[in-house]
Amino acid sequence: MSSPRPVAISDHALEQLQYIRDTMERTGSFTAVPGWGGVAMGASALVAAVIAARQTDVRMWGIVWMFEVVLALAIGTAFILRKTRRGDRSMFAAPGRQFFLSFSPPVAAGGVLSWILYSQGAWAVLPGMWLMLYGAGVVTAGAFSVRVVPIMGLCFMGLGAMALACPAAWGNWFLAFGFGVLHVVFGLIIARRYGG
Amino acid sequence: MDRLIHEKVRLGIVSALAASGPLTFVELRSLLATTDGNVSVHARKLEEAGYITCTKGYEGRVPRTEYALTADGRAALEKYLDHLGAILGALRKK
Repeated sequence: MSSPRPVAISDHALEQLQYIRDTMERTGSFTAVPGWGGVAMGASALVAAVIAARQTDVRMWGIVWMFEVVLALAIGTAFILRKTRRGDRSMFAAPGRQFFLSFSPPVAAGGVLSWILYSQGAWAVLPGMWLMLYGAGVVTAGAFSVRVVPIMGLCFMGLGAMALACPAAWGNWFLAFGFGVLHVVFGLIIARRYGG
Repeated sequence: MDRLIHEKVRLGIVSALAASGPLTFVELRSLLATTDGNVSVHARKLEEAGYITCTKGYEGRVPRTEYALTADGRAALEKYLDHLGAILGALRKK
């Protein structure tokens, strides 16, 4: 029986350095994701879905959801700030910047496309597109986070694809399920398992 | 080389606390993808060496254990990193 090949000291030192680096990166991203913030964003989305469902004019429906986007972003930012302050950390430190830089491009693309599609009257594709692009942002921003964050992003993307394949009249309820229920469920998981 | 933080779980605990500030027991366990027992045993060793502090309390009615890195712990990690750097530097020169 042959004995295992000894590991070179340089390989071991590199491995240890890589492990330290990975742990530090993962920690930063993971602690910035606010679970209770997700729950609050989900609750506000459910209220928005009910209000939006009562609108007879499609423009008003769009305005309700756009207002909800601004509100949800404000809630999310406030909870990230709260969580980072509680841990004596800065939102603008490397992990926070990494999160912002990964999350922003798909969301910004979503903003521009929404404006164009909305002004052309193609509102029927908006729910699916919003869910998919938000999900893409969560997947990329959560790539170095705990597994539950990119899984949540993938759920949003899957739901978005389903919304695009289903009748446009269901769009509001896809948004309610995605931005409402998914946020609440994953927010609770993050809050319970990973603190805050 | 500091054998205390050379061990993988202990190195993970110290690195995580250095990167983020205080973390709870649950956060550390999830982050390092290990068991309750592993985190407890290794955190206790680091605490005994004065590298980390442990604060027990409650969040509402739920017990909460929080760990934080001490100045000694940070210095030990920096020394360990210097040591790894020195090894790699010496091997590159050869």
